[in-house]
Amino acid sequence: MNTHLIGTDVNRIDGPAKVSGAAKYAAEFFASDMLYAVVVSGAIAHGEVDSIDTAAAMKVPGAMEVFSHKNRPHMAWFNKSYLDEDAPTDGKPLRPLYDEKIHHSGQPVALCVAETFEAARAMSRLVEVSYKALTHQTDMTFAVQEAKKVEKSNRAGIEPPPKNRGNSAQAYADAPVKLAKGYLSPTEIHNPIELFATTVVVNEDETMTIYDKTQSVSNSQLLVCNALGLYKDDVRVESPFVGGAFGSALRPQYQLILATMAAKALKRSVRLTLTRDQMFTLSHRPETLQEIRLGADTDGTLLAMHNESLQATSRYENYFEVIANWSGLSYLCENATMEEKTVSMDISTPGDMRAPGAVQGVWAIETAMDELAIATGRDPVDLRLQNYAEKDQNHDKKYSSKELKACYAQGAAMFRWNERKPTPRTERRGTALVGRGMAGGVWESPQMPASAKATLAPDGTLTIASGTADIGTGTYTVMAILAGEALGLPLAKVIVKLGDSELPVAPLEGGSWTVSSVGTAVTEACKAVAEKVFKLASGLDDSPLKHASFKDVEFVNERISLRSDAAKFVTLAAALASGDGEPIAEKTKAGPNFLKQHGYKSYTHSAVFAEVEVDEDFGTVSVCRVVSAIAGGRIINHEAARSQILGGVVWGIGMALQEQAETDHQFGRIMNHNLAEYHVSVNADVHDIEVIFVKEEDNIVNPIGAKGLGEIGLVGVAAAIGNAIYNATGKRIRELPITLDKLI
Amino acid sequence: MTTGQQALEETVDLAVPTHMTVSGRSHTLRVEPWTSLLDLLREGLQLTGSKKGCDHGQCGACTVLVNGVRVNSCLCLAVMHDGDAITTIEGLGSEGNLSTMQQSFVDHDGYQCGYCTPGQICSAVGMLNEGHARTEADIREQLSGNVCRCGAYPNIVAAVKHVMGMGQTEGGR
Repeated sequence: MNTHLIGTDVNRIDGPAKVSGAAKYAAEFFASDMLYAVVVSGAIAHGEVDSIDTAAAMKVPGAMEVFSHKNRPHMAWFNKSYLDEDAPTDGKPLRPLYDEKIHHSGQPVALCVAETFEAARAMSRLVEVSYKALTHQTDMTFAVQEAKKVEKSNRAGIEPPPKNRGNSAQAYADAPVKLAKGYLSPTEIHNPIELFATTVVVNEDETMTIYDKTQSVSNSQLLVCNALGLYKDDVRVESPFVGGAFGSALRPQYQLILATMAAKALKRSVRLTLTRDQMFTLSHRPETLQEIRLGADTDGTLLAMHNESLQATSRYENYFEVIANWSGLSYLCENATMEEKTVSMDISTPGDMRAPGAVQGVWAIETAMDELAIATGRDPVDLRLQNYAEKDQNHDKKYSSKELKACYAQGAAMFRWNERKPTPRTERRGTALVGRGMAGGVWESPQMPASAKATLAPDGTLTIASGTADIGTGTYTVMAILAGEALGLPLAKVIVKLGDSELPVAPLEGGSWTVSSVGTAVTEACKAVAEKVFKLASGLDDSPLKHASFKDVEFVNERISLRSDAAKFVTLAAALASGDGEPIAEKTKAGPNFLKQHGYKSYTHSAVFAEVEVDEDFGTVSVCRVVSAIAGGRIINHEAARSQILGGVVWGIGMALQEQAETDHQFGRIMNHNLAEYHVSVNADVHDIEVIFVKEEDNIVNPIGAKGLGEIGLVGVAAAIGNAIYNATGKRIRELPITLDKLI
Repeated sequence: MTTGQQALEETVDLAVPTHMTVSGRSHTLRVEPWTSLLDLLREGLQLTGSKKGCDHGQCGACTVLVNGVRVNSCLCLAVMHDGDAITTIEGLGSEGNLSTMQQSFVDHDGYQCGYCTPGQICSAVGMLNEGHARTEADIREQLSGNVCRCGAYPNIVAAVKHVMGMGQTEGGR
């Protein structure tokens, strides 16, 4: 493959639309008959709606209807109708306004619809709801006795813990060095800046065009059709731009069903935008408690590992994420036990949030490894190298590639790790203690089945189409690069269409698998087009390619030229001119090559180095410097790839120091449900961040050799920061976030 | 076809005559007193470049320039801006004719999902108008009212520094 585009810094092709306000998000499409809807959220965590009085609300000028479980239109009866592609298969997904039952605080209890947004909002404040409350439990500390062991998978790719290796209890008992600690991570909220919204446009023929905030238009289409008894052919879901999601829009959220239900009933177009506080009642990263025991030899060689992980989930779906497994994956240790337990509470179902499970699991084990380094007097990098695993320890399979050693080495060099003082509290800068810490990171890099279409017009313009999404990850641009590369076209001649249920079906946009999966499909579709163009080129009179076969030529600079002699070529224009004047279109479906991937597991890896300043009097922490060295396979768009890692590091700073949804257990409700009180990192919290991509070749992970980068940038960051804080202060904080009260 | 606007004009008799210039275009409107400037822009005038991220003045996505001064348009009632000149992202430059700040955001990848971006850009322009930012630390502090959940801050700072002629240092590529 030639590389005039791949691996360079390419500005996003959708950039001008984003910086000028031209990019349209779900709540930004209009119809002449538009109604506005506002959700009334329930006030109790568990119980029933007793009565709903809508009289006052209906007196608001412009009021159209108040929907509740009492008067809602028909919704599907069978549970399976509500199972979206990402739902736990053994659960009972929430059905908005289906019945009087309340499963969590903030559950929708009514939907107000009016001619204007302001009227609908006024109505929502006038709906009077009374409840029959039942006792609720939202405190994991008290619910722990009801913990259930995770025995089987209920979502694709989400595995229960592997079988025990060796005898970790005995090995731990015999180990000369022992470490046993608990690690607590809080509920976190995705908080994309775009509010969840759905605009349903009812067309003249009563079909619907639904603009939804989603990471999968096909998943939204599936759910809304099944739940409301609509035909797929009558419902088109579009989502050309997504204002951040981070996993929260993998499962369609309730505004989709409610807006569509209202539009169907009222035969009018409807826009429903949730409020920021309502977004705290959707999905979230679950609260976890991990009990870790490490047994080691005096030189730090691991002899026993044990992780007993507990995570909160809802009562209606046994959602769980893979947490404990990350402990046993990456380090050589013959005796390892991993356990996963869930605790059901009266909360909304958690959901995948950027590197779900790994974020908490790796934070705990990488903090514990730092503690082991202290206990054995080893340098934290050396300790990790000593226990370095060349095989996936959980699956006993080879890595398709693992250049983590290069991450350690290059990251340490750029960070000047050798300047670190191993003894805490030895370095000061003014009133601040200075500390340095590091951690490793790991995330999966799977490939999923995906389809794409490539259409080359007679004028040489290429259109790429796939139903995947660009949630800020740079999907539009990366697909244009791969397509331009395959057909030797400049980016200006490549149009990319995404986020439309009428386009070829793609997997959910998540899991860091989009470049790997959709990118492969796009590349193969372009290759199929290229083969047809080549036939035209070689069929020309006096073609210099007459005796060449497809593998002898390459597509570069809008020419098809001989690999052996670039002076012998046919221009793309000449080849297309000899065609029938019709576009050349190819649709392909690509999936993993199981034969090639058999016996291997694929992961991205990172080494994160952090420097902090901790004010000794006030306990305030500033993360002044981070170096993140990433082994992520082949980098397609260096600029957007770097941005993904920067964003991950910023998330890591938030996770380490700021983010926590705090529940008032008396009411079973999150108290800090806004961006003033739930702190995410702002510009002033972020200082120097350097990103390194180490060279990593991988011919097994997928045909393009690229691994996804959306999640690895976050994994390991919080541990590196926490370890740096220990180095600065001598205080080991095992409960996130590390706020100033824990340091003074 | 402007439903929101029709509704504003037809359904409520409390509407107040309001005149304002939005991105150079003069509008004579009848606005309900409870309509925020942001909702008027987005729903009434269909200028959706100004974004709603919290509706509480906490995220900055709705930042516009009122007579050159940056404000959270979700915290303003539209009727209070009778006679004002509002500049939204659409008024700074269009897709085919970007302003210097907009182009710098493109060149430095100063965004990811793009949703907070119009607010970031309007805020950066407003900050330059204020003239108090001298250092990179000033820029970070004075742009901290604009939350970017994607975490594009290093690139946002690089984009703004470029426009200020401060060159590339940390955070830039």
